[in-house]
Amino acid sequence: MTTATAPKGGGTEAREARPPRLAVWKFSSCDGCQLTLLDCEDELLALTERVEVAHFLEASSAGSEGPYDVSLVEGSITTLEEAERIRDIRERSKLLVAIGACATAGGIQSLRNFADVGTYARWVYAHPEYLETLPTATRIADHVTVDLELRGCPIDKGQLLELIGALLGGRRPWLPGVSVCQECKRRGTACLMVAQGVPCLGPVTHAGCGAICPAWGRGCYGCFGPAESANVASLARWWRDYLNVDAATVERALRSFNAAAPAFAVPDVDGSGRSRGTEAGRGR
Amino acid sequence: MHVRVRGDRVEEARLEIYEPPRFFEALLRGRAYTEPPDITSRICGICPVAYQISAAQAIEAACGVAVSDAMRTLRRLLYCGEWIQSHALHVYLLHAPDFLGVDSALELARTAPEVVQRGLTLKKAGNDLMALIGGRAVHPVNTRVGGFYRAPGRADLLALVEPLQGALDAAEETVRWVGGFDFPDFTHEHEYVALRDPDRYAIEGGRLVSDHGLDIGPEGFEERLEELHVEHSNALQAVLRGRGTFMTGPLARYSLNFDRLSERARAAARAAGLRETCRNPFQSIVVRSVEMLYAVEEALRIIDAYEPPDPPAAEVRPRAGRGCGWSEAPRGVLYHRYTLDEDGTVLEAVITPPTSQNQRAVEDDLRRFVEGHLELDDAALTHQCEQAIRNYDPCISCATHFLTLDVERSG
Repeated sequence: MTTATAPKGGGTEAREARPPRLAVWKFSSCDGCQLTLLDCEDELLALTERVEVAHFLEASSAGSEGPYDVSLVEGSITTLEEAERIRDIRERSKLLVAIGACATAGGIQSLRNFADVGTYARWVYAHPEYLETLPTATRIADHVTVDLELRGCPIDKGQLLELIGALLGGRRPWLPGVSVCQECKRRGTACLMVAQGVPCLGPVTHAGCGAICPAWGRGCYGCFGPAESANVASLARWWRDYLNVDAATVERALRSFNAAAPAFAVPDVDGSGRSRGTEAGRGR
Repeated sequence: MHVRVRGDRVEEARLEIYEPPRFFEALLRGRAYTEPPDITSRICGICPVAYQISAAQAIEAACGVAVSDAMRTLRRLLYCGEWIQSHALHVYLLHAPDFLGVDSALELARTAPEVVQRGLTLKKAGNDLMALIGGRAVHPVNTRVGGFYRAPGRADLLALVEPLQGALDAAEETVRWVGGFDFPDFTHEHEYVALRDPDRYAIEGGRLVSDHGLDIGPEGFEERLEELHVEHSNALQAVLRGRGTFMTGPLARYSLNFDRLSERARAAARAAGLRETCRNPFQSIVVRSVEMLYAVEEALRIIDAYEPPDPPAAEVRPRAGRGCGWSEAPRGVLYHRYTLDEDGTVLEAVITPPTSQNQRAVEDDLRRFVEGHLELDDAALTHQCEQAIRNYDPCISCATHFLTLDVERSG
């Protein structure tokens, strides 16, 4: 995280007490992460007294050119226009925070990275030649320097408020990279995998959601992406050996909302050496 | 948006949507039959439940499973939460600022904080309902093919009664408030298409009907509707075969189902100046508010009589086949169709969202609207067109905040 310094172009201005400028940007995405900011119904009005919302199309027609103190960026990069736009936003932003699975790992649309986008286009559109799109959907950090990331599909409201509160207070946000298992323990949810034999990605998935899925009786499906030092190969073997989960199911589980996160690469658990990195399971 | 004007005639109005394609229908191929509800919910973070329920119902149809009334009712309750939050978002944060001459609800909050607070209270009531049933408000985790992972208990839902009762007053006040806005004198004659249910205001299902005699089940949808890919837009456009442009969404739903609204919602609508049919798209903000009132009432009615479905999900065994499903997303009819192989692997997926169905009607309205306002300069015209597009609450609702209007005037 960069330390707080005077904003670009701000000599005297920086010394005056002006509220920090917040901008919210959308790339290829569903709008759900930026909606999470508006879902802070109890905090929103208090927040707008502390920050100037300088650009947020989901909430306002008004906008300023910047520079911005903090830019929250939702979505992945899937077109050349987006690749150029994110560089421009980076230039105008002191701190850039990637929010959500699309921005931090490419999102569900990064499944195209394991297929042929030309084939995808022909399946969906009568005239693929009208489309302007890149062959891959990539995270923001593949294009510009990202100062902080909020994980999740969607991000968690509590984590977003923690982030904003920390930035306003000039401290580092508390966003531990532990696994969902720790949240289940704190919540008092009995382990679904051990007690009920339900396949769960919790042991390899980044905490932050509050372990909702296990609390509702379903296995974690990994929407917060990989935890720090996640041992995916070990979990895949566990699923296979103790829960009778076949390789195609393991692959589908890892290839979802954070498919392009390197730590969620499909491991070669059967030792065949056969790469499961590209074709398998797709386009059948 | 591109407008070509010759003299006092608008020869063409084109809405060019370059929302980057994300290829959902392609990436669904090869996935398991259990996955489309979670995957397709990521099409829209504002109406994920619509995607989850349309997808689940299509797959249940493909597998020959009909869920119980109790299951359908719990789905309807979750869906009420989505209608409340989505309509509150649109009415208060996106649409009302247009009528009040402010840039945003945040700006409105400086002069009328109590009004914005009322909107946020409503939105929160919807979100809390979604989070209680679904685990979280955006992309709920508790829905599945067949029903739910865990049905909420009666006591859990009773905790929502008090906030929903507060929301009921807020919703009624909202209808009164927006009913007092000034609406441009503008009407259209598009064919109205919406779901209709024999017993209630259509939300999670029904037959597709129109005011020109259409009356079909989900399996007839693709026979009657055609999706076109036009050069100027990445959003596919739907037309009724042999009939052309039509309109789905709150105006159509309301006008085709006025008799299915509650007495209180009907009375609020009349008091706010609506008739049984509404053909002015600018008044859609009133219709949305009436629907929000209905959804709050309906949620309270469902909670009052609630018995958890047991088991929480019907067993759905995969089989080779094809199934269609639909529901009324906050912005209109959302149709899904899946073809599965005998293992339940998705071979083909078709998704027709309301925005694509409405695009032609929107363009037609814009053409006529611009024609009536040619005296305005481009900046003023741009603002009015943004508002005209927001009438339809398209998925690009917020994207219209940066509409570039390109007017080619000649003759």
